Amino acid sequence: MQNLILLDGQKFHITIKRLCHQLIENHNDFSNSVILGIQPRGVFLADRIASELQSILPQAKINNGNLDITFFRDDFRRREVLVPNRTKIDFIIEGKKVILVDDVLWTGRTIRSAMDAMLAFGRPEKVELLVLVDRRFSRHLPIEPDYIGIQVDTINSQKVIVSWKEAEKEDKVELVSENNS
Amino acid sequence: MADNQTLSTRHLLGIKDLTEKDIQLIFETADTFKDVLNRPIKKVPSLRDVTIANVFFENSTRTRLSFELAQKRLSADTINFAASSSSVSKGETLIDTVNNILAMKVDMIVMRHPYPGAGIFLSKKVNAHIVNAGDGAHEHPTQALLDAFSIREKYGDVAGKKVAIIGDILHSRVALSNILCLQKLGAEVMVCGPTTLIPKYIESLNVKVEYNLMNALNWCDVANMLRIQLERQDIKYFPSLREYSMLYGLNKEILNSLDKEITIMHPGPINRGVEITSDVADSKQSIILEQVENGVAIRMAVLYLLAGQR
Repeated sequence: MQNLILLDGQKFHITIKRLCHQLIENHNDFSNSVILGIQPRGVFLADRIASELQSILPQAKINNGNLDITFFRDDFRRREVLVPNRTKIDFIIEGKKVILVDDVLWTGRTIRSAMDAMLAFGRPEKVELLVLVDRRFSRHLPIEPDYIGIQVDTINSQKVIVSWKEAEKEDKVELVSENNS
Repeated sequence: MADNQTLSTRHLLGIKDLTEKDIQLIFETADTFKDVLNRPIKKVPSLRDVTIANVFFENSTRTRLSFELAQKRLSADTINFAASSSSVSKGETLIDTVNNILAMKVDMIVMRHPYPGAGIFLSKKVNAHIVNAGDGAHEHPTQALLDAFSIREKYGDVAGKKVAIIGDILHSRVALSNILCLQKLGAEVMVCGPTTLIPKYIESLNVKVEYNLMNALNWCDVANMLRIQLERQDIKYFPSLREYSMLYGLNKEILNSLDKEITIMHPGPINRGVEITSDVADSKQSIILEQVENGVAIRMAVLYLLAGQR
């Protein structure tokens, strides 16, 4: 096992800040935009982005929800059963600009499921995708992010692991390689 | 959470086969399905490639509708089969009937049958997942799960609660499944009814037995009122329904005379004026309609968890 740190400390924080400023460029005061963190790990990023946005825009009301995609996955009965997480959306997404948030974008299948799950709550005006890590050139579906923290080139056997202060006591992005030699 | 968890059984034949962990897993899954049922679009695509046959050898309204709705909310394909309008009356055996259904590529069978153990028998002979929707006076696992789920919803937890099951214990599959389920979750259980309607060896299940309604009501936090199953009674177990109602019927005066507020449950169908009066059934203390609502979420959870097993 070999671990390569891709992002941590000050750089991690700057990346989150940059993503927030990019969001503000397109969404102004967020009066017509909402954030949806994808359960389970996208929620940490969505919460971080929402609180960072709130401190940059103290007057704005940032709507931030959690979206569980378990029942919308395309691999049900092809792998072990997953225990669902809670979906929490206390606002209306109909006609809004929705920003889907997840930690790592890899095959794109999670995002496909998320779009399906989201549509059960209404028809948004527009949907965008924000990810902290984009694993390039590994998509199974025609899905691309609008906002990217960092891009990495990986091979399938590698893993990208994002840790959060709230859960793992440290903010960092790691690339883990199984060492066969 | 989202870790891999699975039920310890391939079928849901009775509460007897479930562990406490299984029951908690079903509850956690049902919590999220209850959220789904309160959305504008109450449907998820999880079971879109699953076909389920509802095979009912005995009448049912609530259970059959609840299962069917749960299946449709999960996007499963369903076929319905009622024994009264089928080849069973022409002399076909249970296994032949079911194998013919399975030959049409069915993945799961939800079965109600008048004979105890019919589901267990079937599970040994066929390959599909079997869900027991009531087998004679034996078990009715999804009812017990939704009852315990409703208690959990009302009180936050089932453990430590005192539940009295009152009425026709002898002929009730709901009673046995409820006793097993509540005990696995750490509740105390009492049965109450006329001596003739309490099974002889019920103490071996570690339940309290009480023959006086007032004592039972004073003891419990939750009273689960059962229907007198006249259709299963081939002899007379008590002099008259009127007498039963006077001794074991629950009415508003009795409820108001208690020094605490207890919760009233009933698995349905209600015989209004026999085991429970209308003003009690429709009172604020009654969670009878919540039970029905929770039934769909519980059945969705059971079908989802079983269908997901490889």
